[in-house]
This record gives sequence, structure tokens and C-alpha cells, in this order.
Amino acid sequence: MDINLMISVFPSLLNGTVITLKLLISSMFFGLLIGLFFAILRINNNSLINKFAYGYSYFFRGTPLLVQLYLIYYGLANIEFLRNSFLWVVIREPYWCAIIAFSLNTGAYTSEILRSAFQTIKEGYIEAAQSLGISKKITFYKIQIPIAIKQSLPAYGNEIILMLKGTSLASVITIMDLMGEARKVNVLTFKPFEAFITAGIIYLFLTFIIHNIVKYLEKKYGFQT
Amino acid sequence: MELLSFGDTGWGDELFFATLMTIAVSIAAMAIGFVFALIFTPLKLSKNKTLNLIGNCYTTIIRGVPELLVIYLLFFGGTGAVMYVASIFGYDGYIEINAFVTGALAIGIISGAYSTEVFRGAILSIDKGQFEASQVLGIKKSIQFYKVILPQMLRLSIPNLSNVWQITLKDTSLISVTGLVEIMRQSYIAAGSTRDPLFFYSVAAVLYLVLTFLSMKIINKLEVRFNKGY
Repeated sequence: MDINLMISVFPSLLNGTVITLKLLISSMFFGLLIGLFFAILRINNNSLINKFAYGYSYFFRGTPLLVQLYLIYYGLANIEFLRNSFLWVVIREPYWCAIIAFSLNTGAYTSEILRSAFQTIKEGYIEAAQSLGISKKITFYKIQIPIAIKQSLPAYGNEIILMLKGTSLASVITIMDLMGEARKVNVLTFKPFEAFITAGIIYLFLTFIIHNIVKYLEKKYGFQT
Repeated sequence: MELLSFGDTGWGDELFFATLMTIAVSIAAMAIGFVFALIFTPLKLSKNKTLNLIGNCYTTIIRGVPELLVIYLLFFGGTGAVMYVASIFGYDGYIEINAFVTGALAIGIISGAYSTEVFRGAILSIDKGQFEASQVLGIKKSIQFYKVILPQMLRLSIPNLSNVWQITLKDTSLISVTGLVEIMRQSYIAAGSTRDPLFFYSVAAVLYLVLTFLSMKIINKLEVRFNKGY
């Protein structure tokens, strides 16, 4: 083990960490919106809409993230129609492709988490809201959504950590995130242990922080039934 | 569709064998994972603090770092480590580790961490009375584990193990970065030589979907079988 090398590559790995965090935060943000949208479709009574949302989550949960990433990065560029449209500005950038793939992937998992949270809300809450004369729309926005979000916090925390690990795949489509920087160090110095263990320590540290933030939020907003 | 024909002109047979390779790596990784889980579950449940710490370190570290990192570490570092060990024993030649072994080992270490958590949960949820009853009957500790606890543990852990299997199956796609020709690598090669990435990655996605769908069916059957007595 070459400790000096580990210390000297630390700054460049931190640069990669910033990109990893950027990828994580933007894909979690879009993923939450997508997840909420599809969770609402899933609890819809219309079977066609329901099936569509189920198919979406089945596809993205049943295939590896790497396939999705390649499909979007290499696959979409293959469609002539897309290449001529304004969307080309977005999909020619690996960074945006990664964010699209990660958001769609985490959106599928989030939709399942939120759906199960919606379905475990006790009937009594909705009935109570009804008997108070609260309209359906407001019941949904002010009662069902907050409860669902509180109930799904532990599972969502796991999803954030899974996504943090997932962002490492961005390195295979030439993005210099934490993993990409570690690979570069390995290629330049032929010291795989130093490079990847340093990156591993940073990843563990990030996991640790996320874990504790979620734990804190759970304690603060925890929902006792 | 012509691209998927079997024989020299199409990629059908290559993709078929690649699918078999994916299945083989997943099964090997799952088996290696079980070995790791059977070693580390007792450590995690042990009352000895040091052993407990070792068990916790394993599951926390492996579940906290990206799968890709474990694979790269073994792929780039594995050869060096093995050659270093060999040099202690006086062998100085170049040793290359098979991509299949590296991949299965890397994914096995990862799935082992998840399996450990599953087994731990299952053992904890077995009724205390079972342990006490077998003790009262004078069953030895080792036999108690194999004949009383293990069967119940397996039954309780099947639903969660099916999740671990799904994760393992999808993680094998990452081995493609090391050059092992499984579904992902084969699609990459095919996409490169035909310049039709959209088609071949879609085929890869469909193959993975078929695999996850089929394994779900099989696992559901197993679950019914193991729950017969309940």
C-alpha cells in the first residue's frame, strides 16, 4: 500500500465526487417527480393506465441499469429523427444521458415505494377527511401525499444509497465521476488497490452521511401508526 | 430480424450462448455468495464483539461501495495479489485469472453480503421455542443447526433471496467491463460491428426481462413447495 499516492490522488478524486453528487442529486430530483407521477397512475382504477405504469416499472426494474444507460447513450443517437430534432443537444451529451437513465431507473423504484405507501394508508384517514367535508383533491394533496412520503422514508433512503452506487456506471460512458477518476488513477499508476480503495472510502463516507441524514429525517418526521 | 438468425450471418447463436453465460455466472456468483453468507451470518449473530465487528464490516463495506468498484478491484488487483502470493511460494511466472472466475467471485462477494443480511433476518425471526425445544430434546448444537434451524431459515428467506437473485442477475451485466462475453458484452460487440446499438441493446434488455420473468416463475413455485407444511 502506497499511502502517499492515496493522499496525492485525493484532490482529483474529490473533483470526481462533486460530479457524482451532481449526478445523484439531479437524478434523485427528477426520479422523485417521475416516481410520484407513476405511483399516482398505479393507484388509478383505469386498468389501461394501470398496466402502462406497471409495464414501465417492470421494464426498468427488470433490466440492468447498464443496459438502460447504453440504450439511451448509444441507442437513441441511432434514431435519425431524434438526431435532427432539438433533443439532440441533450442526448449527445453523456452527462445528460446519464441523468436521463438514472432518473428513469430510480423513478421506477420510487414509484413502487410510493405505491405501496399509498396502499398502506389506513382507510380511516380518508374516511375521516371525507366526513370533515374535505374535497378529494385536497385530501390527496394534504393528507395522502404527506403520509405516503413519511411512510416511505426508510425504503427511499435505501433507494438513494442504491442510486449513489448506480452513478458509478456513469464512468463507462466517459463521465469523469468518482469512479472515472479512480479508473484514471489506476491506468496512470498501475496501482489498482490504492486507486479503488481510496475511491471506496469516499463512497463509504457518502453512504454513511446519506444513511444518517435519512435516519435523522425518520426520527424527526417519523410517522407512528 | 435477419440480424438475429443463427449461424454465421446472424447474432442469434452468439446471443444465445451469451445468455447461457449470464445464467452460469449468476448461478456461480449466487453459490459463492451462499458460502460467504454461511460464514458471515454466524459472525454477525455471534456475541463475541470482535467476530461481530468482522461480520458487520463485511456487510457494511460491500453494501456501501459500488458494485463496479468491487469488480475493478478484483479484476485489476486480483492478478497482482495472486502473483504476489505465488511469489512467496517461489513461483515467479505470470498468472492470469480467468474472467469468469474473477467475475463470479466479485459478484459472489456482493451477493454474499445481501444473503448474509437475509439469513440473519430469517434466523432472528425463528421462534425462540424452536431452539429451546431442540435443546430440551438433547439435540447437539451442530445437528440442531442443520436439522432444525436451517430448513426453517431457508423457508423464511426464500422471498428475500429471490430479490438477491434478481440483483445478482442484473449485476452480472457489470462483468462485461472485464471482457467476459455475456449478454451485455455480446450486445456491445454486435452493436459495434453492425452499427445498430438501438436494436442490440433492446435485444439485451428483452433477454434480461425474460430471465427475470422466468426466474420469478421458478421462485414462486419453490416458495409454494417450501411452504407446503404451513
